[in-house]
Amino acid sequence: MEDQNILKMKKINQIIFTVALLVLPLLANAQFDGEFIKPRNGRFLLQNATIVTVTKGNIENGSVLISNGKIEAVGKNIPAGDAEVIDCTGHFIYPGMFDGGSRLGLVEVNSVPETQDYAEIGQVTPNMQALVAVNPNSVAIPVTRVSGVTTTLAVPSGGLFPGTAALINLNGYTADQMYAGFKGVVMNFPSSARRSTRDRRSDEDIKKEAEKAEKTLNEIWERAVTFYQLKKADAALDYYPEMEQLAKVVAGELPLLVEVNAASDITLAIAWIQSKNVKAILTGVAEGWRVADKIAASKIPVITGPMLSIPTRNSDRFDAAYTNPGKMAKAGVKVVIRSNDAENTRNLPFNAGFAAAYGMGKEEALKAVTINAAEVFGVADRMGSIEQGKDATLFVSTGDPFETKTQIRHVFIDGYRVPMSNRHIKLYQEFLQRSPGLVEN
Amino acid sequence: MKKTIFIIAALLVMGWNPANSQTQKGSVLIKNATVLTITKGVLEDTDVLVENGIIKKIGRGLTASNVTTIDAKGKYVMPGIIDAHSHVALDAVNEGTAPITSEVRMADVIDPYDIGLYRALAGGVTVSHAMHGSANAIGGQNITLKHRYGSGNPDDLIMKDAARTIKFALGENPTRVHGRGNGIQPRSRMGVEAVIRNGFNDAIQYKKTWETYNNALKVKGATPVPPKYSERLQTLVDILDGKIIIHCHSYRADEIYMLINVCREFGITNIVFSHVNEGFKVAPELAAYTMGASVFADWWAYKFEVYYSTAYNAAILTQNGVITSINSDSGELIRHLYHEAGKAQRYGELTDEQTLALITINPAKQLGIADKVGSIEEGKQADLVIFNDHPLSVYAIPQMTFVDGVKYFDINEDPNDMRLRVAATESIEPIFLKEHDHKCMHGVDFFFTNFGRSLFDHEH
Repeated sequence: MEDQNILKMKKINQIIFTVALLVLPLLANAQFDGEFIKPRNGRFLLQNATIVTVTKGNIENGSVLISNGKIEAVGKNIPAGDAEVIDCTGHFIYPGMFDGGSRLGLVEVNSVPETQDYAEIGQVTPNMQALVAVNPNSVAIPVTRVSGVTTTLAVPSGGLFPGTAALINLNGYTADQMYAGFKGVVMNFPSSARRSTRDRRSDEDIKKEAEKAEKTLNEIWERAVTFYQLKKADAALDYYPEMEQLAKVVAGELPLLVEVNAASDITLAIAWIQSKNVKAILTGVAEGWRVADKIAASKIPVITGPMLSIPTRNSDRFDAAYTNPGKMAKAGVKVVIRSNDAENTRNLPFNAGFAAAYGMGKEEALKAVTINAAEVFGVADRMGSIEQGKDATLFVSTGDPFETKTQIRHVFIDGYRVPMSNRHIKLYQEFLQRSPGLVEN
Repeated sequence: MKKTIFIIAALLVMGWNPANSQTQKGSVLIKNATVLTITKGVLEDTDVLVENGIIKKIGRGLTASNVTTIDAKGKYVMPGIIDAHSHVALDAVNEGTAPITSEVRMADVIDPYDIGLYRALAGGVTVSHAMHGSANAIGGQNITLKHRYGSGNPDDLIMKDAARTIKFALGENPTRVHGRGNGIQPRSRMGVEAVIRNGFNDAIQYKKTWETYNNALKVKGATPVPPKYSERLQTLVDILDGKIIIHCHSYRADEIYMLINVCREFGITNIVFSHVNEGFKVAPELAAYTMGASVFADWWAYKFEVYYSTAYNAAILTQNGVITSINSDSGELIRHLYHEAGKAQRYGELTDEQTLALITINPAKQLGIADKVGSIEEGKQADLVIFNDHPLSVYAIPQMTFVDGVKYFDINEDPNDMRLRVAATESIEPIFLKEHDHKCMHGVDFFFTNFGRSLFDHEH
């Protein structure tokens, strides 16, 4: 009799367990103590949304079918089949946004040197790989990606050739899982500008330093060209990793990301790039609007930002930085926007919003953080728009992602549905109604 | 009597005027706007009449003769934005020579030529709280500025009817400057508490000494020796007497709670916490015992004491009943505080009214000027901004900014170069790649050159 009771209990327990297992996925958005929601892939059908494809117009009441990390179908009336259906009625689907330059993942706490991995010692260190120093578990990564920024260029900084930047997706547990298929060698073009309003060097010192840097730059470049020629001729060469990396630029295998900002420097940089006949992208370009026609004529693309900056000169109009990308785009320059931030890379869409408001227009600003970036980074066959066959890197929002009021509802990176949570959100959940609250004493 | 008249006449000839009549006051009629009053709702198709620097009337179909009329149909009018934490228009920020420097005054180092004032006006900011830096546990006395850009006289920028305020600072900055930099207290958060507590106790002793002296004077024929006057301690006495509002640079919940307790013990209720990244963790205490919190919209992780913070800070504080404002601490951010406030809608979905209060009436309360500015109400000072779109939209662009009814910014009349003077040394104009973002530690960075350049990319 007792045995039978125990059996019965076991059966009831089993039923409860089974029911609990079945219900669990329905509660996927609620969190339990000790539970962690992981990114997960599979087949998803995002239904009844306005799809902002970027390259092929908008589709009203459309659906996107995600399977095996790819966008399997885009359009109307796509059957769900075995896919998990996510109702997006009244919502919008956008391709994931690119940040064209960021330190995200390369630094954790800006003032703590132990967490700074974006700069090496030395002037010529192009072989330093940003990709190996990206921390996939940086707290700032989930903080960033819930904004719809899914892909960033991790950029090293420092000397003349500080290292090699890498494009990363903001999901994955290893550098290889995050790598999004683009690398470029960073070069800080000798600058006649002050680093900040605190830079107290005299005009003469700045000029001298720039001239010296230019001389060094040309010497280094000649060495790289020689190295490349010897290598091509199968000469026996000593181990020289710096030149090994620069030779790839000489050979056209890797582009140069030329950081340059003052107008006169931009002009010099364009001439330098053309004389060396290298594949290049201009970055920074704070005073691009002053020489927009020259940049356009050179056909060199630009990664610029942040827009939320002060004008470079006190005599400039107050909105010089806001209007810069719009003026360059109007002149015919291909423009990509960057935050140049780390922990607040999530502000990229707002930078694009300011660019849009101050002359660039919403459509062009959206391109500047999606398809233009994909094209400049050479990954437009896989990324940058909502098209069949492209990577399923996209997000669902309640509206225009540049507006602060808009909420981002779902983010997919390479087909993985990433949890819409991070430390900022968890702190909100814990402290909105703290318990215990106020205890009078 | 003759002598008095002579003195007054002489002063008038010398340019002295009573009741700050030097500052310009304007009149203007703004028609057909959507008026975001902040305190009395949103008024559609409404006119605002300003006379001699004061909001005279709000309503429909208003008329006035001999007054400039602006048709603001389809546009939005809001009160001038108020920044409760700024270092714009200051020649110096830190007197980092002692843990307590309550005797210094930012009113003495106002730079009326700072182009940052105009850039702030172009972002709709009409009032800023020009603060001492965060090097000392008890820093200098701050000054509230009205952005009357154009005058070379620092005095014209001072909001004379604003409350007195003083800067305090907790945590990493004072312990770094004094403990690690100079080898004196405070070296830790324990020391910060002790420095402040000792300061208040010294002030109590000081007050008693003067009381004893003043009582002794009352005895006929007595000739007591007066105590030595100390501006430093007298200022602390004024804090204890409720005459000065403390604005305290702070980050971590424990240090915020510490100062709340110290203030309660000394009977101080006039305290606002600034930055206060972990304020959300002690929101019920901040709501019960303080004049609130002035926060960043989303800054975090630039130093260790802000690593465990959240962009939902403003929302949590607001929902817990804390008077909350959003400040800039930066010549860059001050230009788009309306956008910084807008982020409180991304992170915590505050209503438009709650959000706009973060940059208008709430900072006004924290600066003790809420009866004068911070909302559009009849009788208040006419600090106004006209936007082409709702100011919480990322696409909104300020069109005109008025201080005391005088137009200081008009996007259609902006001649680009708005510098008031050009230094002879600037024949070749410097090009700056970025503003030195956060100036709280301005003037004390020589202590930390060994940390490398990046340390000062972001700092407060």
